[in-house]
Amino acid sequence: MSRRRRKLQNALVAYSFIAPNFIGFAVFTLGPILFAFALAFMHWDGSNAITFAGLDNFWRLFEDKAFIAAFWNTIIYTVVSVPATLVCALGLAILLNQKIFGRDFFRTAMFFPYVASLVAVAVVWNMIFNPEMGPVNMILYTLGLDPKDMPGWAADRHWAMVTVILFGIWKSMGYYMVIYLAGLQGINSELYEAADLDGANSWQKFIYVTVPQLAPTTFFVTVMLTIQSFKVFDQVYMITQGGPGTSTLVLVYHIYNEAFISWDLGYSSMIALVLFFLVLAVTVIQFRRQRED
Amino acid sequence: MGIAGRRIAVKTVAVYATAIIITAVMLMPFAWMLSASLKLSRDVFVFPVEWIPSEPQWQNYVDIWTKIPLALFIYNTSKLTIIVTLLQLLTSSFAAYAFAKLDFPYKNTLFLGYIATIAMPWQVYMVPQFLLMREFGLNNTHLALICLQAFTAFGVFLMRQFYMSIPTELCEAARIDGMNEYQIWARIMLPLSKPALSTLTIFTFVTTWNDFLGPMIYLTKTELKTIQIGLRMFIAQYSAEYGLIMAASVVALIPVLIVFLSLQRFFVEGVASSGIKG
Repeated sequence: MSRRRRKLQNALVAYSFIAPNFIGFAVFTLGPILFAFALAFMHWDGSNAITFAGLDNFWRLFEDKAFIAAFWNTIIYTVVSVPATLVCALGLAILLNQKIFGRDFFRTAMFFPYVASLVAVAVVWNMIFNPEMGPVNMILYTLGLDPKDMPGWAADRHWAMVTVILFGIWKSMGYYMVIYLAGLQGINSELYEAADLDGANSWQKFIYVTVPQLAPTTFFVTVMLTIQSFKVFDQVYMITQGGPGTSTLVLVYHIYNEAFISWDLGYSSMIALVLFFLVLAVTVIQFRRQRED
Repeated sequence: MGIAGRRIAVKTVAVYATAIIITAVMLMPFAWMLSASLKLSRDVFVFPVEWIPSEPQWQNYVDIWTKIPLALFIYNTSKLTIIVTLLQLLTSSFAAYAFAKLDFPYKNTLFLGYIATIAMPWQVYMVPQFLLMREFGLNNTHLALICLQAFTAFGVFLMRQFYMSIPTELCEAARIDGMNEYQIWARIMLPLSKPALSTLTIFTFVTTWNDFLGPMIYLTKTELKTIQIGLRMFIAQYSAEYGLIMAASVVALIPVLIVFLSLQRFFVEGVASSGIKG
């Protein structure tokens, strides 16, 4: 009897530890997630009565040109920026893993864009890449590029996505560099010594020791980066507002527009579901692949 | 020996040159921001760039405080950030202690609730969350933003991972000494978890301070706005006042810079321990 009471008491103590966080988490995260799944199959403008929509919102996705553009733009953004950021981050990590003077300064400098206010740096980005007056195009001009061929960056439908992607790489690669640095420090130095004895050169050591040893880190970085790319919004809103036309419209931007501009809450939740399944698919595929390795 | 030595010297020079060039590119936007913040708007785009203005316009840093309620925006953001960070640290480490060191019914089920949502982008449920907050009458309040940022799966997960690495024998010894669970958490776990707490502090501070979409959805009244949407409003209103916009941007960056520089040592450690083994 007293043992049972003791057990109950222990459980209550444990729940008292969890409750403050879990209640907030359940109300403000779990609840809305369940609500999101239900809302995707409803029609609602936020003030009149909710009506059941069945699969209406789902079929609408295929006819909505803006959604199709947003979907492909998100994919393009991800397919380009994930490998590019990963390679830059790994390169930086290897560079700054060496014992050089001022290493901490270099690392901090690389990392700083990640923590800097996005609104502030995005406006600088737009100034630097200003098509008429910005220093980037000025440099291209002094290098002899014809003004007619000059990229219009954020204002040019062919270059707008490039501008957003470059910004994303610049802003986030320092963070992933830190993760790679941790991974590099976890590699057993005996492996490199053994490779030295076998007469391996630097490139061979990189391919046969560093890359395989970093596989778990690369896995983690890829998943994180992919999810980050799928939910990109702020930088697009700041740099191109999704334009010109729909050339940089991304999924979250479309969710935002449908919800808070058009007040089509059911449809916006359906787009959110698409985002959810994209993230889920990537996570599942990656975990499978890691298990195989 | 000589050739090998020269080779090493060439390599060293190459490493330094690369590091310096990349750093310069990475920091260039900040240099531009700082330099432009001390210029007249019409001089901002003069090319070649005059990195150190010959006549620095310190007046820009005076004018920004009257053109927009910048001080109020900073106050609002600081208030939100501090409350969210404290709540996050407190409730996450509290919950994480139970998940890491205590046994109780439904432990795994509850933890699965956190794990299942850790990869879920906030953008998936931001709309229903907004509707819920509106139902609670929290639209246009700071409380809404506190509620949505203070209780995250990430915080609990990060702290739990760290607590798992602390030997359970420590807790058992403390129990034998007569400490209760709350005392163990406060006197043993908390002091030992400084690296994890610092990591969580930086993450939460930076995310909350820089958050844009959340405040944009919830706060439409000027007197409630945070520095990010305030800055955005400023940019929209005075789009050609480059000098002033840059000065306000510099001001918005400073708090993050201070927190980051003072905690960054812990941060690298924290990312290393939470990110990889997680």
